[in-house]
Amino acid sequence: MWLEAPLPLRRLATVVLLLLSGLYPVVMAQTVARPEPADPRRSGFDFMGPSTQAMQRGDDRNPGMLWVVDGEALWSREPANGGKACIACHAAANSSMAGVAARYPAFDAASARPVTLGQRINVCRQQNQRLPVLAWESPDLLALEAFVAHQSRGRPIAPPADPRLAPFTEQGRQLFGQRLGQLNLSCSICHDRSAGRRLGGSPIPEGHATGYPLYRLEWQGLGSLQRRLRSCMAGVRAEPYAFGAPQWVALELYLAQRARGMLLETPAVRP
Amino acid sequence: MAGRQLFSRSRRLVLSAGMGMAAGVLQLRPVAAAELPADLLAAMQVFAQGAAVREGRVVLEIAELVDNGNAVPVRVAIDGGAPATAPVVAMALFNERNPQREVVVAQFGVLSGRPEFSTRIRLATSQKLVAMARLQDGSCWFRSVDVIVTLAACIEGES
Amino acid sequence: MARTRISLQGDPVRGVPMEIRTLIAHPMETGYRPGADGKVLARNLIRRFRCSFDDGARTQLVFAAELFPATAANPYIAFHFTPPGNGTLRFVWEGDQGFAQTETLAVRVA
Repeated sequence: MWLEAPLPLRRLATVVLLLLSGLYPVVMAQTVARPEPADPRRSGFDFMGPSTQAMQRGDDRNPGMLWVVDGEALWSREPANGGKACIACHAAANSSMAGVAARYPAFDAASARPVTLGQRINVCRQQNQRLPVLAWESPDLLALEAFVAHQSRGRPIAPPADPRLAPFTEQGRQLFGQRLGQLNLSCSICHDRSAGRRLGGSPIPEGHATGYPLYRLEWQGLGSLQRRLRSCMAGVRAEPYAFGAPQWVALELYLAQRARGMLLETPAVRP
Repeated sequence: MAGRQLFSRSRRLVLSAGMGMAAGVLQLRPVAAAELPADLLAAMQVFAQGAAVREGRVVLEIAELVDNGNAVPVRVAIDGGAPATAPVVAMALFNERNPQREVVVAQFGVLSGRPEFSTRIRLATSQKLVAMARLQDGSCWFRSVDVIVTLAACIEGES
Repeated sequence: MARTRISLQGDPVRGVPMEIRTLIAHPMETGYRPGADGKVLARNLIRRFRCSFDDGARTQLVFAAELFPATAANPYIAFHFTPPGNGTLRFVWEGDQGFAQTETLAVRVA
């Protein structure tokens, strides 16, 4: 019967059938309960080549683990002034520090502002150990930060729902969208709008701070989020804010919100 | 900022190699001995200790897509393992365009048991890489590949 | 003392090759790189790595490597070792500016 129908009619019928078959899954989707869509966000890990990913995955290959091991030694070392070691108050880090890095930056009531993990370590050193603060990007501070953050590896990033943090997070959000430097670029232009595309030969990642402090191949060493953000600012030819500037804390807060739920990877490896 | 050198030597090489380079996939193009420059051949001859250098048998595993030339994982091995009659005594890696030809020279003791090693190397720019093996009977083998290095897009100042 | 990480892949079995992975913290300054002031930073490299095994009666070479500026910072060196029996592995890194570090690892075969 089909073959007896005139050719134009057959063609029309074919087109209609194809259109209807295309609509079928849409119709079905409206009536059947759909599973939650997978998280579209991607860690910088996903933008790396397989051998760099292997470098991060193997603890015996990951150069960042050298700093974690250093931090572990510092955790138990009694300070020269006869004060308490970290372990005296906090006991074993793998229990006391589990989940801590995942909820930083956190609000510090004493200073009435948020502090990063590195700043919190220094506050502890000053107030509880009567020791001088460790300099920004110093090997010991990086080691302690890496060791503490490592205890939260694999946990979802969970910035606290603390209303006192809200104005600072908003400041961070504005900084993220603000054009800077001679190249007049904002973080958002590259890492929201152009993520996945390429700059030079390299893929542009989404800019989630999921693994800090991390071992950056470009640095040939471990470094903090502040260091990475400062070099990004230099990259757009803007004068970076000083180490410890409140803008970094605000940005880190916003980045933590933006990456909420993604898993911590410290110590990550990145190109 | 005044008086600071903006670009280190390695970054100048980075810039010159970066222009017009295809992004993405690395071509591991095998290279014949005839294409190797004289100073690279000379370094290979020193390792060969006078033996003839033949192409083959050596396995050179390197990342298809190099994320950063500062740390490139490599593995050097013998295809199918060395014969029991002529175990591998030494293996080496040489390069074409770094400031120095030698990358690493490895020596295998009696307790090694497997003629291979892995490490991470620096590649200043896209270039040829040569892996060599010297067997106990004095014979010498090599494998050469062309490596393309993708480079950091944002060149940062000294932190 | 530079931080090191040494790991044996799996349990040692007499006569069976197993992989050893080593990591050591070291800047591996090439001697070619200018610093922020434009002056070339002094070369500071690990030049030699050696792994040997002492079974109580004698020491034998497992693996050795001569390193050059093209070795990446914080050197990773992995190689194989075939345990002949119980004993001690000895790892030595030596280099510029008097750098010398030794680590040991006891080996008990199954």
